[in-house]
Amino acid sequence: MTAAAPLTARPGAAPVPYRVAEREAETPDTATIVLEPVRSALQPFAPGQFAMVYAFGVGDIPLSVSGIDGRRLTHTVRTVGAVSGALNGLRRGDTVGVRGPFGTDWELPAAAGKDLLVVAGGIGLAPLRPLVRDALAAPERYGRLNVLIGARTPHELLYTGDVRGWQSAARILTTVDRADPPWQGEVGVVTTLLDRAAFSPGASAAFICGPEPMIRAAAGELVHRGVDPEQIRVSLERNVHCATGHCGHCQLGPLLLCRDGPVISWTKAQPLLMVREL
Amino acid sequence: MTVVRHGFLGALSPGHRKRLATFGHDVSFPGGTRIFDEDGVADRFWIIRSGLVALDVHVPGRREAVLETLGEGDLLGWSWLFEPYRWHLGAQARSTVSAFEFDAERVRAACEEDPSFGLALTNCVAQVIARRLKSTRIRLLDLYGPSDAGES
Repeated sequence: MTAAAPLTARPGAAPVPYRVAEREAETPDTATIVLEPVRSALQPFAPGQFAMVYAFGVGDIPLSVSGIDGRRLTHTVRTVGAVSGALNGLRRGDTVGVRGPFGTDWELPAAAGKDLLVVAGGIGLAPLRPLVRDALAAPERYGRLNVLIGARTPHELLYTGDVRGWQSAARILTTVDRADPPWQGEVGVVTTLLDRAAFSPGASAAFICGPEPMIRAAAGELVHRGVDPEQIRVSLERNVHCATGHCGHCQLGPLLLCRDGPVISWTKAQPLLMVREL
Repeated sequence: MTVVRHGFLGALSPGHRKRLATFGHDVSFPGGTRIFDEDGVADRFWIIRSGLVALDVHVPGRREAVLETLGEGDLLGWSWLFEPYRWHLGAQARSTVSAFEFDAERVRAACEEDPSFGLALTNCVAQVIARRLKSTRIRLLDLYGPSDAGES
């Protein structure tokens, strides 16, 4: 850290207080919270990286950034346990502790000149949203942008307002596993949307986040269609505790995902995801 | 008529595609059209050129449940190839659908007459069925349910 950066805190240090500036319910169990620093801000996050967000008195969990806006951080949290439940229940003005940024990012600039395939399953759209925003902000830098979104039901689709806004500049394809009568869109697994995406396999880069069986299916299908495995980046989720590469809880084979991930190339991920019970 | 080269027919040779094309013609369905019903006679099949078709199953006392949608390049209907030639599901156009429609009886006869054509076409259809089975199995995992990732 330089002397000129007194307003940023080191990632591994104690949690830095952030205040909830906005909260928006996405679905009955998922909310997006916008955090602003109470005093000093953490170092800038890149799309794909994550923070450890601490609900005081309950505990902390890793949350990818789902939006980056200057000193503000946006996270989308789904209730699955005590900590996420506490974070989901935050209200405007509440304070949390944040550590970060941690981990690897999507490395979108390395995909300059290529068609982009963003494949998101469920809450996997959260870490991909800032990547899509960056790609949309620099259309001259990339080829065709495709965003493929899968969700369990229409009611569980995230960022519906954002996604509508993306449609004018990107090919947005959405599908759900189970439809109810008002839904007039596609029904099926997200990989079937690849048939309708616009991309040249030999000149494409893909970014995938979602449940691991979905990642395997999507990446496998892309490789089958001719996309270079090294041009496919996936975000993996494991049991991150310390986030600083010390505790080993997030180990996946030779990798510590808090440090070497969560975003890694399909070349690295594919053999690890084929190991039983790893 | 130029039969699409992508989608499920990608594995057919140009000669076989040309032969198949002789049994088809262009059709269009306005959105909302019921294309076929479950258990009806499977005497035709389609390759979708544009639009979206919902495959559904009849649920007594309720509206049909949509199981899957098909779009550009997809094969609509495979029950025509296997006895008893009855549709397993229903199909309805979700939007205006443009498609190539094929006479199933004539195609089956051509498969009998020319085993290499029959084998190639059956392989194509089998790949479609295998792919849809795999997709269905992935969906059975209910992947998007909450994952606690170790959270206590």
